[in-house]
Parts: sequence; structure tokens; C-alpha cells
Amino acid sequence: MSHHIVQTRDLYFTYPDGTAGLAGVSFLITHGESVALVGANGAGKSTLLMHLNGCLLPTQGSVQVGDLPVTKKTTAAIRRSVGMVFQDSDDQLFMPTVFEDVAFGPMNLGLSDQEVEPVVTGALQRVDALHLKDRPPYKLSVGEKRRVAIAAVLAMSPDILVMDEPSSSLDPKTRRELIALLRTFEHTKIIATHDLDLAIQLCPRTIVLSEGKVLADGPTADIFADDNLLAQSRLEKPLSMQNCPRCSPNSSPN
Amino acid sequence: MTNLGCLDTLARQDSPIHRLDPRTKLLTTLVFIVMIVSFDKYQISAMLPFAVFPVVLIVLGNLPAGYLMKRVLWVAPFAMLVGIFNPLLDRQALLHIGTLEISGGWVSFASILIRFFLTVLAAFVLVATTGFNTICLSLEKIGVPNVFVMQLLFLYRYAFVLAEESSRMLRAWQLRAPLRKAMSMKTFSTVLGSLFLRTTGRAQRIYQAMCCRGFEGQLHPARRFHWRMADTVFLFGFCLLFAVFRFANPAVLLGKFVMGIFS
Amino acid sequence: MHVVDALVSPAVGGTFWAVSAGLIGYSCKKVKSEMSDSIVPLMGVTGAFVFAAQMINYTIPGTGSSGHLGGGMILAILLGPWAGFLVMASILTVQALFFADGGILALGCNIFNLGFWTCFVMYPLVYKKIVGRGLSPSKLFWAAMLSVIVGLQLGAFGVVLQTVLSGKAELPFTAFVLAMQPIHLGIGIIEGFITAGVVAFVAKAQPQLLDVSLPPSDKPAFSIKLVTVSLLIAAVIIGGALSWFASAHPDGLEWSMFKTSGSEELDTPDNSVYTNLSKLQEKTAILPDYGFKENEVSGAESQTAESWPAVSAGTTISGLVGGLLTLILAFGIGILLKLRKKTQASATI
Ligand SMILES: Nc1ncnc2c1ncn2[C@@H]1O[C@H](COP(=O)(O)OP(=O)(O)O)[C@@H](O)[C@H]1O
Ligand SMILES: [Mg+2]
Repeated sequence: MSHHIVQTRDLYFTYPDGTAGLAGVSFLITHGESVALVGANGAGKSTLLMHLNGCLLPTQGSVQVGDLPVTKKTTAAIRRSVGMVFQDSDDQLFMPTVFEDVAFGPMNLGLSDQEVEPVVTGALQRVDALHLKDRPPYKLSVGEKRRVAIAAVLAMSPDILVMDEPSSSLDPKTRRELIALLRTFEHTKIIATHDLDLAIQLCPRTIVLSEGKVLADGPTADIFADDNLLAQSRLEKPLSMQNCPRCSPNSSPN
Repeated sequence: MTNLGCLDTLARQDSPIHRLDPRTKLLTTLVFIVMIVSFDKYQISAMLPFAVFPVVLIVLGNLPAGYLMKRVLWVAPFAMLVGIFNPLLDRQALLHIGTLEISGGWVSFASILIRFFLTVLAAFVLVATTGFNTICLSLEKIGVPNVFVMQLLFLYRYAFVLAEESSRMLRAWQLRAPLRKAMSMKTFSTVLGSLFLRTTGRAQRIYQAMCCRGFEGQLHPARRFHWRMADTVFLFGFCLLFAVFRFANPAVLLGKFVMGIFS
Repeated sequence: MHVVDALVSPAVGGTFWAVSAGLIGYSCKKVKSEMSDSIVPLMGVTGAFVFAAQMINYTIPGTGSSGHLGGGMILAILLGPWAGFLVMASILTVQALFFADGGILALGCNIFNLGFWTCFVMYPLVYKKIVGRGLSPSKLFWAAMLSVIVGLQLGAFGVVLQTVLSGKAELPFTAFVLAMQPIHLGIGIIEGFITAGVVAFVAKAQPQLLDVSLPPSDKPAFSIKLVTVSLLIAAVIIGGALSWFASAHPDGLEWSMFKTSGSEELDTPDNSVYTNLSKLQEKTAILPDYGFKENEVSGAESQTAESWPAVSAGTTISGLVGGLLTLILAFGIGILLKLRKKTQASATI
């Protein structure tokens, strides 16, 4: 698998209760790209992400990761290369301590105790959270939880990082630190968000989702300059592009 | 809920007792409790020497004795409720101190209270020196099925999260019903119903998160327990001590000795 | 209400530990083989849900006082009998360890009282029978109501039986039953309303959740045979164990290993023990029995329980004096240890 591409073809998904989650989604993301997936609440972002590692299987259409189509049989392999950071870190940190939680994935990959230790330590160091090692997850702040959740995913050494609203419910400073952290990762990144400023800072490319369909797909700067498109997908222009004197239109997005 | 957190915070200290293998503490506590409850209902003196076990653990384990006592007294009314009938129903004189006659009922009531105090204290001390999660993981080591241990861990982990959620719902209700102290039963079941639906939603997401990290039906806790010499000494030392206390009743011997000196 | 450690004898506690452990093992096996892996987090989180629900009070109509949720029936309905039983057992374990509700030795009794009847008897025989295949609101209501009430009655009766058989509390059997059953009828009706309300809510919002707990439809929902057999086995174990304790050997009650201690003490040439012994044996004859007829197992059991103080010599004055002294000694050891720790700490600084 030299190129960690992610491709969806005409993806449809309907929830068991009849709600349409996705209604025909196609795109191709190539190796090393950072792509923002934006759209209003209920647009289908989370549903789409769940398809990228086989948590949900399409009702119609297909998903391909690298050389493998995502099917029931390939999920084990797919999940090794696609790491998923959930929106609510509490859902992801289910083990008694931070260390055990980060070790959960590697242990499932069959690593021995001695092998797991350095992997966990390395992953926690990566997100600057090694000092939290022995804490129980319920005693962490939201920002710390988010970091640990990311470490837990990094510990599986995925090629592709998928994140669902990583900046939601973070205070401005923690959010800035998180963005700085994510910028250091070289993985292929797919980030669902309605934090358009985050999208500008991290992702050169943006896919706009609305009611389960791709409304637009292109360079982030172009998409956010298109007022019509934003209004149609119930999004608002990022502050840094709103031409207000304070947020300075020509300041660099960094 | 606060108690849940407090005992667990105590468990994250470092002391000779905390460093023991959880299985050691679990087994010793179990032996301790069985010994205590195996005494007949009029026994008092023979149980008192057993207090040395929780006392030693509290001191060596750096536990706040006052806090633990308070917790024990908090639940005391429970045992008193049933025991209080003993003095009323069993009026046969059993003990004569000078001219004072004490009925069997009072003796057995006192016995129940001592029993209660010792067993409850031992359980609290176990949790406060070991921690709930560690106890669970050690349960798996002694043969409790993985499924049971896993869901016990989940229960404990999410008790805090759901407590938070339910207090949010409670607050929302209070803001809209400022004049009422408690919900009507109808509102209550609706609130519970929606709390349960959120609960299942969360369980689904947790399961997905587990699968995303390669879960295949078995939990492999990364914690290994090491049985050391100290564990063997602790376990056998205390069991031997319990056996001596149980069968020789040093209290009576000591009492006789002291009374012998004075008479 | 729970059975507590202080009131339970090792025989009763041990028997129900064994029974409950067997049921837990069986349920784990069933959950593993019949249900999807995703049930495990659901079980844990549902247990947490019960704790969270206990933080919310509701008004009991007509009384002004308030109560909170508890009970195995709602778990059986929402998760199915096996998973429901395991969650009930977990909740009781946490309560025993953190809140000293019940206690570690009494845990087996409490798991049995609150989990067995609801999950393995009421669920298949009452709830499922009434609800049938469909989910009609009125059927759901009556099924929940009835199974909760009867389940709680059986559980309460269990508490009485276990406490009386343990012989630590003096409260006579009949009085205990007359107090417990009506109280738990009241609690049961209220809990029945709550349970029915929650089940109705879930049935309306996400009926498929209630289907999850139904075993696959091609198999018989829960064979009567299985239930009868498990009931029978439980009865045989409990009955056998109890009759063993109540058998002609008085020491059967307190485990034969304690017998040696008794005889050793008898051998010591101590007059006070002997006089005490004879006095107490007279006494046992006139002690009130527990409301059982003399020829019944428990009658014999309570007698043996009473004859025990005879050999323990714990009720003599020297026993009490010595007891207090040892207690002081125990605390003395504690204080010494503490002092030593302090000096060590200051030495290292
Ligand atoms: N578990 C579910 N069952 C039924 N419908 C769902 C479920 N999860 C999401 N949906 C529905 O699918 C649509 C897409 O939701 P989602 O992917 O969560 O959107 P987003 O993440 O963009 O906010 C919404 O209409 C939502 O109501
Ligand atoms: Mg979402």
C-alpha cells in the first residue's frame, strides 16, 4: 500500500429507523492530503466518517482505503490504517487509566507487554500528555481528554487520521494548541468540523456536505470566498475572512 | 457518587499496603470477614482483637481514619434497624457485672454492631487501598469471567459521566419547576426513559470506538500483578493471626491474666 | 432492603455466594454465546445509568416523601435476563464495596434476592408471557407492574429467610415477614409504575431496543424446562445446604473446623466455663423459637445457634475486660506504627 488513498463512490446510507444519512457521496483523497469536511449539524459528516473505517457499511456504493475495499472482511486491516478520533472523548476513553486506554489498541494488535510500553509512552509524548499516564480519564479536562484520545489513536500508528469535530467544546487557547499539534502530524488527515477557521489553518482542501450530498469540493480559500455556497450549506464565513478591521483580512491565516 | 471518587483517590497513593498485590488484600479481607461473621451471636470479646487488621491497614496505608469512620457511621442505622429488636425480644439475663444484669438481647445487639463496624470498615479499607478498577482486574485473575469484569469496569467508568448527565437533566427540570421539590412519577419515568436512550446511544459509540481500535471480544488489561514475598507474608501472617484470634480467644486469656493480678 | 454482613452467618452467606457465582458464570456464558459483543458496553453503561438515576428523586403520591429507582426487573426487560442479571450483580457489588450496602459476604444473598427472581423467574414466566410478541401499551404496563411486584415480594421473602436462618437477629420469623412483605408491596407498586413508565417511553421512542432483549425468534423465547430445571437445582442446593447445617451435628452450622476450637476450650479445666455452659443450655430450652415448628429444619438450626455461646466463653467478665484491653492494644499498635513512620520520615529528611 504505497499510497494511502481514500475513495468513496456514490455512497448511500440509511439508518435502520429510515433516516437518510448519506445520499450519494463521491470523492478521492490522495496520500498526505489534509481535507476539511464541513457542513451544518445533521449534514452527514459523522455518518460519512464512520464509513471510512467500516464502523458503518454502505447501503449502496463503496469505500476504498488504499488497495482494499471496505467490507466486513477487511475491517480489521482497514482499522489498522485508519485511526478515528471521536467527537466525544468520553466515548473513546473507556479504560480505567490513561495508560491502559492508550495501550488498548496496541494490545489488541497482539503486542506483548514489553512492546506496548514504549509505544504508549511515545504516543503520549507526541501529544505532550505523558504526565497524565496514571490518571483516570474522568478526572481530565476536556482538552486533556482530547489529547489522550489522539494519543490512543496514534499508538496504533495509523496512516490516515480521521477526526470528528476535534475543536468542539474547547476554549480558545486549548483550541489553538490543538491546531498547532495537529499541524505537526504528517498523516493523511480528514477532519469533520464546523470550525471554519480551523479548516483554513489546517486543510488546503475542503469538501462541503449538505443533506448527505457533496455540495462542493475544492481549495478551502475558494470555497470560503463563495458566499452563495456558504449560505446554501448553512455555514458562516470564518472570522478571519469577514473583512473586519480587527481580524484583519490580509493577515496570514496562521 | 462523591464517595465513589473519594475512596478511589485514596487508592492512588503509594504505601506498603497499596503496593501489595490486589489478590492478597482481597483474599485476606474475605478471610477476615468470614472469621468475623462466623462468631456466634453472643460473642463480643473475641471479635475485638480483630480490629488490629483494619487499624494496621489504615495506618500503614495512610488512610484518613476520621473520614472512614464517618462513612461507616453513615450506614450504621441499617444494621441497627434489625438488631434493635434483639434487646426487646431476648430478655434472658446472660451477663452479670456485680449486681447489674445484662440480657442476652443487649449482648447480641452489641455483637451485631461490632460485627457491622468491622466488616464495613474492612470493605472500605480494601477499596481505599486497592481501587475499584484494580479489584476488578484482579477478579479476572482469580477466574471471574471476562464479560463480567469488562462490564464492571464500564459501569464504574461511566457512572461519573452519567451522573454528570443526570444532574444536568435534573437542573433543567428544576429551572422549569422551581416550586417543586421532587418530580412526579410520570415526569420521572419520562426523564429516566430519555436518559436511558442517551445511554444506549453512548454505549453504541463506545462499542464503535472499541472496534476502531481492534476490539475482538476480549479485554487485555495492560496491568500485570506481581506476587511478591511481601504478599505471601501478609496473607499468611494475617490468616495465622486470625486463626489464633478465632480459636484461642486471646481476649479472654488476657482478661483472666489481668484479673488474676488484681485479685 | 439488603441482607447485611453483620446479620448473616457464614453458612447462609457461603451458600448463596455459591449459587450466585454459579448464576453469574452461567449468565456470562449465555451472554457470550447468544448476544453480540456490543452488549458488553451497553451492560456497563446501563449499570451506570441505574446509579445516575438514583440521584433523581421523585414524589411518591399521597405521602410527600420521595424515593428512587432500584431493582432487577427493569434491567431484565431492557437487556434480557442474562445481561440483566449480570448488571444487577455488578450494581450490588459496587454498592457493597463503596456504600457498604449489604456487605461482601452478604453479596451472594443480595444478588440472589434481587437478581434471580426478577431475571430468571419473573421475566420468562410473567413478563414474557403477558407481553407476547407485540408491544401493546396496556400489556406492557401490566407485565411490568406484575413482574416487579411479585419479584420484589419474593426478594423480600428471601431477605427474611436468610436473616432468620443466620440466627443473629432475634426478630421472629412471622413478625419479620409481616413487616417486610407489606412494605415491599408498597415499594413494588411504585417501582412497578416507574418501570412501566420507562418501558413505555422506550417502546414508543425506539421499540427496536426492546427487541434486542428478545432472544432470536426462531428459538423458543425461554424454555419453561430450563427455568424449572434451574429452579429445581437452586432449590436442591439451598435445601441440601440448609439441611446439612441443621443436621444432627450441631457444628454443621458453624463449619466443622470450628468444632476443634470448641472442644479444646471445653477441655480446659475452667469452672466458669462449665457453669456458664450448663446455665446457657438451660437457657436455650426456653429461648423463643423463630416461629418455626420444632420439627422443622430451621427449628433445629436456631437451637444449635443458641447452644454455641456455651463454648465460646466470650460473655464472661474476664472476656469483656480482655476484649477491651485487646482493642486498646490494637489501637496502640496503630499509634506505634504511626509514630515509627513519622520518625522514619524525619530521619530521611
Ligand atoms: N444512530 C442514528 N440513527 C438514526 N439517525 C441518525 C443516527 N445518527 C445520525 N442520524 C441522522 O443522520 C443524519 C446525519 O447525522 P450526522 O452524520 O450525525 O450529522 P453531522 O455529524 O454532520 O452533524 C441526521 O439527520 C441524523 O439525525
Ligand atoms: Mg457529528
